[in-house]
Amino acid sequence: MHPALFYIFAILAVAGAVALVCFRNPVSSAMAMVASFVGLAALFVGLNAFFVGVIQILVYAGAIMVLFLFIIMLLDLRVEQKAHYRGPIVAAGVLLPALFLIQLLGVLQNMPAEDPEPLALREASRQFYNPDIESPSEQSVIYQSLSDRKDPSLPDVHLVGNTLFMRYNFPLQVVGVLLLVATVGVVALSKKAAPGTAKPPQ
Amino acid sequence: MTDLHHYLFVSGLLFAIGLAGVIVRRNIIVIFMCLELMLSAANLTLVAFSRFHTVNGLPDYNGQVLVFFIITVAAAEVAVGLAIIVALYRARQTVDVNDLTSMRG
Repeated sequence: MHPALFYIFAILAVAGAVALVCFRNPVSSAMAMVASFVGLAALFVGLNAFFVGVIQILVYAGAIMVLFLFIIMLLDLRVEQKAHYRGPIVAAGVLLPALFLIQLLGVLQNMPAEDPEPLALREASRQFYNPDIESPSEQSVIYQSLSDRKDPSLPDVHLVGNTLFMRYNFPLQVVGVLLLVATVGVVALSKKAAPGTAKPPQ
Repeated sequence: MTDLHHYLFVSGLLFAIGLAGVIVRRNIIVIFMCLELMLSAANLTLVAFSRFHTVNGLPDYNGQVLVFFIITVAAAEVAVGLAIIVALYRARQTVDVNDLTSMRG
C-alpha cells in the first residue's frame, strides 16, 4: 500500500473515531462511525484482505449502522446536556487510554521495523496443485489464478473460503447456531407480554 | 514505507479512542457504538498480523477467518444489545447511564 494512501485512510479512521466520541447528537455519532469504518475497510484492502474489507463495508457500514440509526430514531433521542459530564469520569476517560497508548508505544519501540514480504503467488500455487486431477481445466480455481502465466492474482475470497470450510468447518457451524440463538433471543426480547400473563418485574 | 508498527499504532489509537468513549459518554447507544469501534480496532491488528506473517508466500488466512468470526459475533451482539436497549427504554424511558443505577451496590 502506498504510504500516502495509508495516511489518508488512517487519518479518516481516526478522525471518524474522534468525531464519534465528541459529537453530542447520536445521529452525527452514527455517521462518524460509518466514516471510521470506511477508512478501516480501505486499510484492510491495502493489506490484501479484500474479502474482509468488503464485509466490513457490508456488515458494519451497512447493516449495523442502519440498525443503530433505526433505534436512535425509534427512541427519538435528544442531544445530550453538557451538565451530565463529571470531571473525574472525563479525567479517567482520558488517562486510561493515554496510559494504554504509552504502553503500546513502549512495546512498538522494541520491535524491529520491516516491510511486508511480497506475496509469492506462483510458489504458493504448488500447495494447491492436485496431481490426481488430469485435465488442467478442472484444476481448482485457487491454483488457476495463482499460477496464471500472464497475470497471477490473489484469489482472496477463494482462499478465505478454503480455510473457512476446510480447517474451520466446525466453528462455522457453531457460529450458525449462535446466529440462530441471537435471532430467537431478539424476537423473545422485543415481544410484548401477552395480555393476561404476569408483567415482568421492572 | 508502511510497516507493521503503523498499523498496530493506528489500531491501538482506535482502541484507545473507543475506550475513552465507553468511559466518558453517558448515552448507552453511543457507548455501544464505541464498543463496536474497539472490536474493529482489534480486527485491524489481526489483519495486519495476517498480512505480515506470510505462509508459503500467501497471507496467513487463519487470522482473516478469525476476523470473519468476530464480525459475525459483533453483528449478533448488536442485534441482541439493541433489543435489550429498546426493552430498557420501554421500562424506564431513558438511555442515560446516570439514571440506570438500580444495580449499583
